[in-house]
Parts: sequence; C-alpha cells; structure tokens
Amino acid sequence: MSPRPILLRGGRVIDPSQGVDDVCDVLLGEGAVVGVGREIAPPEGTEVIDVSGLIVAPGFIDVHVHLREPGGEHKETIATGARAAAAGGFTAVCAMPNTDPPIDDPASVGFVAAEGARVGAARVYPVGAVSVGLKGERLTEVGEMVDAGAVAITDDGRPVWDAGLMRLALEYTQTFGIPVASHCEELALSRGGSMNEGLVSARLGLVGIPNAAEDVMIARDLMLAELTGGRLHIQHVSTRRGVEMIRAAKERGVAVTAEATPHHFTLTDEAVDQYRTDAKMNPPLRSAADREAVRQGVADGTLDVIATDHAPHHYDEKEQAFDEAPFGIVGLETAIGLTVTQLVDSGVIDLRRMVERMSCAPARAFRLPGGTLRVGAPADVTVFDPAEEWVVDPTKFLSKSRNTPFAGWKLRGRAVYTIVGGRIVWKGRE
Amino acid sequence: MIATNPYLGKDLIGLEPLSADQIRAILDTAEPFKEISERPIKKVPVLRGKTIVNLFFEPSTRTRISFEFAEKRLSADTVNVAASGSSVQKGETLVDTARNLEAMRIDMVVIRHSASGAAQFLAERIASNVVNAGDGRHEHPTQALLDMLTIRDHFGRIEGVKVCIVGDILHSRVARSNIWGLRKLGAEVGVCGPRTLLPPAVQELGVHVFPRIEEAIEWADALNVLRLQLERMQAGFIPSLREYNRIFGVTRERVERAPRDLLILHPGPMNRGVEIDSDVADGPHSVILDQVTNGVAVRMAVLYLLAGGAPETAEAAKRGGGAE
Repeated sequence: MSPRPILLRGGRVIDPSQGVDDVCDVLLGEGAVVGVGREIAPPEGTEVIDVSGLIVAPGFIDVHVHLREPGGEHKETIATGARAAAAGGFTAVCAMPNTDPPIDDPASVGFVAAEGARVGAARVYPVGAVSVGLKGERLTEVGEMVDAGAVAITDDGRPVWDAGLMRLALEYTQTFGIPVASHCEELALSRGGSMNEGLVSARLGLVGIPNAAEDVMIARDLMLAELTGGRLHIQHVSTRRGVEMIRAAKERGVAVTAEATPHHFTLTDEAVDQYRTDAKMNPPLRSAADREAVRQGVADGTLDVIATDHAPHHYDEKEQAFDEAPFGIVGLETAIGLTVTQLVDSGVIDLRRMVERMSCAPARAFRLPGGTLRVGAPADVTVFDPAEEWVVDPTKFLSKSRNTPFAGWKLRGRAVYTIVGGRIVWKGRE
Repeated sequence: MIATNPYLGKDLIGLEPLSADQIRAILDTAEPFKEISERPIKKVPVLRGKTIVNLFFEPSTRTRISFEFAEKRLSADTVNVAASGSSVQKGETLVDTARNLEAMRIDMVVIRHSASGAAQFLAERIASNVVNAGDGRHEHPTQALLDMLTIRDHFGRIEGVKVCIVGDILHSRVARSNIWGLRKLGAEVGVCGPRTLLPPAVQELGVHVFPRIEEAIEWADALNVLRLQLERMQAGFIPSLREYNRIFGVTRERVERAPRDLLILHPGPMNRGVEIDSDVADGPHSVILDQVTNGVAVRMAVLYLLAGGAPETAEAAKRGGGAE
C-alpha cells in the first residue's frame, strides 16, 4: 500500500539537477515526484505540510558509511544505521563491505539490501568488496554482486595494495558501469601510524602518517583510471596534494569523482591533542593548509561529494590508549550541521552547492536513483532548516555509537523531514 | 583525601604543560632531599601512611628501583605491580586496571606504559595522584628532571647552557621531556642523530638540529647520549650498529676535540661501544652515576610535592612530620 500523497508547501526548493531555486511546492505521490511548482492544488487525501522557511532538496545521499552488520552489531546495525541516516537527513546510504564476514559475494550483498529494505528508513545500497575476503588478492564476482544490488566495489578500510588488481577492478567494472571506490593509503608509509605526521605527533610521541602515504596512492589510482578508462571514486580526500592531483586529472578528462568528509573540512590534527581518541580517524586529521585545500576542493567541485565515512565504534573500544583505539567517528547525524556551519555560513559554498554535493553529485557518482526532483524521480526528499541552532548531544543519536569529536558543539542546520519513497522516515520537530 | 598540590596540580604527566617556576620548584625541592640518601638511616616520615602503587606495564629496572627507594625513604607504603603475572596479562584493559586501583583507595600511582598517552589516560580516570614514569614515546618527566638537576649541579645554572641530545630522538620520551624542561629553563637545546631517528617536525620543537656528531660536540656544553635500541637496526632505521658507532658514536677521540670540557650524561642502560665508548662513559667528564643518585632525590621531591608539600617546607618536612 503506497502512502498517501504529500504536498510540501511553500519551502525554498533547491534542485540543482534542473536549475531550480525557488519558493514553491513539491507534490509527492505513488513513491515518486508528481510535480514541482507554484501553488499546486493538492489532490484529495493529500497530507499538506507547511515547510515555509525551510529548504526542500532532493534526498541527501551518503556514499560512505559503515553499518557494521554482520559481525559488528555492538557498534551499529543496518537498522540503527539506516535510522541514524534518516535522522541526519539522508534518504540513502552506501554501506561499506568491511564487515565480518565481508560483503564479498552475491549472498552477502543480498542480505544487506534485504535488511535495508526491511528496516524502511534511509535506503541502504550495498557496496561489494573488490577482493575476496578483502585480502587484496583475487577479484570478487562483481557481476553477480551487481545483480544482487551492489552499486560499487571497494576494499575500504584498507587500500587495494596490488596495482595489478586495481587495474583489473577498474577494467572489469566497466561492463557494469559501477565505480571502484578507493581508500588511498600506501601501507609501507603509514604502518604503525595513528595520526597525522607533524608537530602534534612529534609532541605527543605518536607515530605519524605522512600526507605522502595518501598522495602516492591517489597518484597511482589516477594513473590507473587514466590507463583503463574505468570509473574511479576516491574516498575521504584529506591532503592538499591529493586535491591538486584530482583537479588536474579531471582537467585531463579522467573519469574520477572524489569525496570530502565533514571532519576533514572542519578539524585539524590539533583536535588530537590530549590523546582524544574521538579525533582518531583514517586518513587522519591533517594540517590547516590541508583543511583549506579540502574546503576549496568542495567549493570548486574537485571534491564532488560530501560523505561522512560514518564509522561507529563501541565506547569502550575508544576508551583506550590512543595507539590501541580504532580509527573512525560517527558522522551521519552531524553532517548537515557541520556543512552548513563550516562551509555555508562561512561562504565557502552556497546552499545550492551544498545540495549538489550532498544529493546530485553522489547520485551521479554511484549512478543511483534520486539526486533530483524531476517528475517521476523517486520521492526522496530532504527538508532541512539551515538556520536551526542546536547543540550536539551524542546521547540523543539514533546511531548505536557515540564516538564523535563534536559533542557539545553548537551547530546551525538540521534535517526537519526526511522522506523516502514518499514516506516520512524522520520528523525533526512536532 | 587525595592531595592536589598548589605547585604541581594533581599529576605529573610531562614537562610540556609545566611552567618554568613549577620545574624550578621541583629541582629546588630535590636539593634538601639529596642529603637523606647520605644518612646512615635513610628514612624520613614525610609520606607516612600514604600508599603508592608502582604500575609497570613495561620492564624497567632503574626507574622502578629509583622510585621505590624514593617512596621507601619517605616512608610510604608501596606495592609493585608488573605487567607479567598480573591481570594485565589476562587481558584486563587499562581502564579496568585504573578502576580497580581506584577502588582500593590508593594515594598515588607511578605508571610506566608502552603507549604514548597512557599516563594521562589514567590520570583523567582516577582521583589518585599519577606520576608518569615513561609513556611510550611521549614523556619521561622524572628522567629529564634528574638530568636537569645534574646539569644544574655541574654548571650552577641551566639558563644559557647548551645541551645536545644525541641519538634516537624519534622514539625517545627522555628526549621530549628534556627538550621541554631545558627550554623552559632557558637552556639551548640541540639534537643530533641520523635523520631516520629524528621526528620529521623536530625543528618546530625549538631545537638546533646537528646532522653530524662532530658539529654537535663543537657546539655543546653537555651531551645527553641516548641508548640506541637494537630493535631500531632490525626495523631498518639504521643499517648497522657498527656504522652507527662510526658515524654517531660518542668516542674519546671526538670528545677530546671538543673546544671545552664536555659534560657527558646518559639515561642508561648503556650500550658500550655503540652510542658511547667506555672510556667516555667512565671518563672524567661523565656524570652518569650522579644522574642515578639525583634520580632518587628528584623522585622524592615529586612525590612530596604531589602529596601536598610545599617547596619551602621540604627542609623542615624531612626532619619530621608529614607532607601536610
């Protein structure tokens, strides 16, 4: 049974996919967008919602989340992660395959897709592994995984260290039109490291991970994308040179997309001071110059996509000496607030670009339905208030985990309605 | 009740967060305590009734014994916990260890751990005073304090003295604590070692960097020669111990070419013939054993101050009466 039609009345509709930025109405019905225009007359039985003063955008898509199921259910499940996504204003997420066991065959891809559908919060798109068991040795059955619902492949969490295998992946995926998402890290340069290499690591006596560990792998993958013509998606770019190389590759016409995370455009390695494990992530928080380069990359579109790399960990896993704590922070429920506060309010991007980076570009990069409010598109809509001020309280997260460096931060911008397939899956206020 | 000393705060985690006055207060407090170890009966009742746990997750002989002497000479009740054979080996986490100690109502913990930040981690979670006896590559504050006390004994001051730390700066908590402490008290600090064993951002720590030991010796008033761990060669940071001695070894020939008498310190344990030659270690300018003696006095001073004692009453305290 499809839900009754919804009319979002009087919001500022921003849909870069069709050049719309106007105060008007959006009508949703039968799981699809029925119309966008001024003073649409609601059919009988329509739920009319006054969204004046709010932004109405095609649903936000996070192409980089870790939902931890199977194997890490104490950190997150597909259900809790999909609900956290909805609460954060995301109508869809792409679930990384580095679970235990990994998502590396059609059955496990099918499990993630089915569980996501059963939960019925944000859509959950499975991403399959590049290599069997994430071992970096043998290519997975990509075609069968695509048939089961995989939208991309990646060995995220670790690099595809074998350049030959990466080449094969970028070639083989061309049959299916899916991107290879790459976690760029040269392990020979990062091994043993737990934070950015620099003054802070020297002071704290922690082993540093130099920018070069990321840069040499980005360089390699860009060359392999150029060689093969495959579609490369570079994950969580954190370095100045990384942004420069991607920009140059795009100018040459290489088929590459790239993402920036809110933590990399917000924080620097100073956040690690006092051994704060909630600021431990991979790639690590870098210098102020790197952060600025990431911001500029988001502004000029070199970094097409804002993605959170939502990486939940149980509290006692983070409550350890810094070296022993795992990498990663949760991000789904702070992404809109950080993007508005850090990028929009400070003039790095406008709201139109924000919608482009969080909805249209991710949909294009991973060839997902959505990212648009064209008539007939899925009725996936994010309604958010860019002016709402709120304080990050991790105890209120719908995610199972609380590992965020932003606890207590005052942010502006928050999801008010998250609508998936014409159904309201998150309501931020009464 | 756990004391929070007006001079140091609750804990001694490192020298980086301390002011010059705080560091001076520790060194000044150590002076009167030196004499206790020279007495026939080496015991004063300063910490009577205090319980101290020496929690050593890493093997240590010198530092642990030095702390233990300091505690016993101040009449504290002490318990030694070594990682091997304790619940730590059975997989107990640091946070659980901390909570269990807390539940036993101890007054102070002296901790040695292989992870940088472990001492601070513990200090944030328990009300007891925490003394860092070395955490990973981070800090080893009492070692630096005893090095500084030894330098002050010799030169009569620290300000303006040129101290070069030689060897594996990258992995050394002793180096970091010395850099902070010496610079705060106005010394000039140099470092010398193979580039593979210097932190990439070492210049930003405010030190001179000497690529060659000859240049360091030409410049310095004192050399603090660090132990070169055998593992560094196995990990490929240096090609061989033999080459290290050839290029960076503090040898008699090199020391004799120094333009001034060069004070030689070494935090121990020494690899004779690797980072330092025996005739330098045992030579007339070596103060390596003075460092060991000063170690006990400095640790007594730190324990006394953390227990609530005041620097100006240390002299009176050691004649009788507790810290309060």
